[in-house]
This record gives sequence, C-alpha cells and structure tokens, in this order.
Amino acid sequence: MPEAPVVSMQAVNKWFGQLQVLKDINLSVSSGERVVICGPSGSGKSTLIRCICELENHQQGSIAVNDKTLATGPHRGANQGGEVGMVFQQFNLFPHMTVLRNLTLAPMRVRDLSRAEAEELAMQYLERVRIPDQAQKLPGQLSGGQQQRVAIARSLCMQPRLMLFDEPTSALDPEMISEVLETIIELADEGMTMICVTHEMGFAKRVADQMIFMDGGEIVERAAPGKFFSSPDHGRTQQFLSQILSH
Amino acid sequence: MNRKRLLAALLITCLLLLAGCASSQQWGWYVVNPMVHRGRINLLFLMSGIPWTIMLTLCCVLISNLLGFLISLLGLAEQRIAHLVYRGYVEVFRSIPPLVSIFWVYYGLPILIDVGLEPFPAGMLALSLYGSAFMAEIFRGGVQSIERGQFEASRTLGLGYFDTMRFVIFPQALRRSLPAIGNQLVIMLKMTSLVSVIGVSEVLRRGNELAVTEYRPLEIYSFVALQYLVLVLIVSAGVRKLERRMGSDERQSGRAVTE
Ligand SMILES: Nc1ncnc2c1ncn2[C@@H]1O[C@H](COP(=O)(O)OP(=O)(O)OP(=O)(O)O)[C@@H](O)[C@H]1O
Ligand SMILES: [Mg+2]
Repeated sequence: MPEAPVVSMQAVNKWFGQLQVLKDINLSVSSGERVVICGPSGSGKSTLIRCICELENHQQGSIAVNDKTLATGPHRGANQGGEVGMVFQQFNLFPHMTVLRNLTLAPMRVRDLSRAEAEELAMQYLERVRIPDQAQKLPGQLSGGQQQRVAIARSLCMQPRLMLFDEPTSALDPEMISEVLETIIELADEGMTMICVTHEMGFAKRVADQMIFMDGGEIVERAAPGKFFSSPDHGRTQQFLSQILSH
Repeated sequence: MNRKRLLAALLITCLLLLAGCASSQQWGWYVVNPMVHRGRINLLFLMSGIPWTIMLTLCCVLISNLLGFLISLLGLAEQRIAHLVYRGYVEVFRSIPPLVSIFWVYYGLPILIDVGLEPFPAGMLALSLYGSAFMAEIFRGGVQSIERGQFEASRTLGLGYFDTMRFVIFPQALRRSLPAIGNQLVIMLKMTSLVSVIGVSEVLRRGNELAVTEYRPLEIYSFVALQYLVLVLIVSAGVRKLERRMGSDERQSGRAVTE
C-alpha cells in the first residue's frame, strides 16, 4: 500500500477580504518528493505554503499535513509543533540570541530536550550547514548567506518531516546565493520532503521532481522539470519562463 | 564621559548660585551654609527628605512597571473586550492630572472604602496608577514594534504563545523600550515632589517646612532644586549605562535583520 502523502490539498480556496488569493488548489506531495513553485509576484505562492505551515488559514477545501487535517476559518489552530520547517526570505533569526541559542530554544522548550542534548543536536546541524565555528556569535555578526544557513539549521533541529522554503535566496547578495542553494540541494539529496518557492531556475532543474507555475492564485501548470522547461503547455508559463531566463 | 557631563552640570549650577550670592544682598546663604552650625542643621533636615523621595520613586517605578506590563498584555491580546478594557484604563489614568489623583486617593478613597490611608501609600498608589498607564503604552508599543517574522518563526518552530513572548518577543521589546522607560523613571522621580501636598516628608516637603520657619525660600528652594538635579543626573547616567550594555548587540543585529 502506498504511503499517505505528506501534504494533501484538495480544492483549497482562500480570500484576503474580497481578494481571492488561492483558487481551487489541488496539490499532493509524497514523502521524499521535492516541489518547486514559481510564478509572478502576487500570484499566491507565499500564501500557499503559509497555509501548509498554518501561518494562514484557508476558508474552503481541505489541507492535510502529516495526516493531520488543518482547520479552516479565521482563527488559527494550534501550531504543528515544529513538524513542518519553514525558511523565510528574511531569515527571521532571533537577533538577541546567539546562533546556538537560536537552534536550541525550540528543541528545549517544545521537545523537552536537556540543554546538553539540544546543544549536541544543534552542533550536529551547524556542522551540516558548515558553520559550527559561528555558534557563539549573534546573527547580526554573520553574513546573509550564513544567517540563512543558520535559519535552515534551526528548522532542521526540530527534525521536521517537511521543509518549506519561501524565496530563501531573494534577500541575499548574489555571491551568497550558491552557498544557501547548495545547502538545500544537500538536504534534498538526503531525501527531505520539500516545497520551495524560488526563481532560481538552475537550482529548480537540479532538485525538482515536480515544477509548479502559479498565476493569479491558480496552479496553471505542473510538470516534471524536463517538460516544464522545454515545452510547457501554457502560454503564460512560456512567457514567464522567457522573462525569468532572459535576466 | 558621563561623569564629566555630571560634573559640568553641577559646576554650572553652583557657579550660578555663587554668582547670585556675591552680587546681591537678597541672598542669605547662612541658612544652608555647611560652615556654620545652623546651616548644617538645616542642610541635614533638607537632605533627610532624600531617602523618602528615593523610596517613593522606587516603589512607584516598581509598581507602575509591573502594573503597566500586566495591563499591556490586555492591549496585546486578540480579544476585543480586552482591548476595550486596556483603552479604558490607559485613557482614564493618563487623563487625570497626578495631583488630582493624589487628592482623590488621599481624601476621597478613604470615604469610599472606609479605611484611612497614610500619606505615603496614598501617594504611592496615585502615582503608580498614573505611571502604569504610560508604562502600558510603552510596553505595548515595544512589542508591536517587533517584526511579524519573529512571531512567525517562533510559531513554525512550535513555540507556544507564552514561550514566544517570554524568550523571543519581550527581551527584544524591552531593549527597544529602554530609552522610554528611562525617561519615565526620571519623570516619576520628579513627580514624587507632588506628594508633599499630603505631607510625605520627601525632599520638597522638607523644603516647604524649612522655608516657613526660616523665611529664606530663595536659598532653600535653590537647594531643593539642586537635590533633584543631582538625583536625576545619577538616574539618567545609570539608564544610559544600562542602555549601552543591553542595547549594543541589538543594534548590531538590527542592522543585519532589516537590511
Ligand atoms: N495579509 C494579507 N492581507 C491582505 N492581502 C494579502 C496578505 N498577504 C498577501 N496578500 C495579497 O495576496 C496576494 C498573494 O500574495 P502572496 O504573498 O501569496 O504572493 P507571492 O506569489 O508570494 O508574491 P511575491 O513573489 O511578491 O512574494 C497578493 O495580491 C497580496 O497582495
Ligand atoms: Mg512571496
């Protein structure tokens, strides 16, 4: 029997006031699958993945994450206890804590690890993103690329079953983009299930199992990267790709 | 740096007083002259108000901070009713002049609750309530100045509301509010002089008492002013030091985060 998908969205609709930002979204992500989402600004990419980690609530349809059905409606349900990792464009590290403390806080408070256990776990992930020597620094003392890698390590410390990335390299200087992308690629190679919103098309070709193009709150096109980049079905996708790739 | 500024301020004040002293016969420094017996007695009497002023300030600052913090939680809650209570509290206690609320608590409240209040607790209560309205606004503003991303990151990490506030939001909000809190401390210190009207033997009250027996208000109130000046300078130096100690890392990282 096939394993249940990690994320399953069926006929999801969401409005901000009058504005419908998600229209009839159907999406299924199975364990180990890597989905890359692209699309023009305002097309609802962020909203889509923010619904999956319950930073937003949808109003219609059903979303199940890790076999848990998420509540609809205006009020926020209980959070998912770190089961879904989220990496933000703006890093959102805690600026008043050392890197190490950024990583140990949630495992200690949510998973009840002892300080020693949490620090061991944190160091393990800092090694993985290759900045163990920055453990005692404050986030503000690191470069943007290093900060984003800390943010990734911070999510990984909760040992999530799914990682979400919302334009993880958009706030970075060009020379720091590749170090962050490489970290994500390694994570993908280890079999992490992930959904990544990005316009880094080289990266997308490299990691994606499924490419998704969104426009106006809809999923316009979904395909394996080979087909997606060579012969997309929709004019809008073609147009978008030619704009992106010509840069 | 701080010490230099403090010394400069003191020096200027002393020079002004001395200049006045030398230039006219209206000054009679003997009442507060430490070189003569009577002056020493008077000085000691005037300065005996300092512990009361300090104690009252400490109590008021402590209570208004605690109360303000608790009230600010209402302002930060999502429920509408909590907001209404918060607004009501802040508007009421912010709008009543502190002198009026001192009279109300000292003369009015005992009738209401049928228990007499000593001047010190009455003054403390009135000033603390007044100050707490301002502290609540400061705390609320501090928390609301924290970027939404900090709440969102905490939430996706699985931290609950209480942990998010305790470990992530409040420490940052406190740092940002420090200048405003320090300002409030100085204001509170000076405001304690108001309770002289109901007879707490603090600095101004001592001055009033001596002024009516010595008939030397110019010298006596000058010395009273000097005492407040010294106290305030010490407090603001302390606040600046604390700000530097707590604020430095926040500023460093603040730059990187908002870049
Ligand atoms: N909290 C909100 N309240 C009201 N409208 C919102 C809110 N968040 C997003 N929107 C609107 O929803 C639409 C989709 O926004 P979303 O951030 O999901 O787009 P996006 O595809 O991530 O765009 P970008 O590439 O600019 O990040 C936009 O029109 C946006 O203005
Ligand atoms: Mg977005």
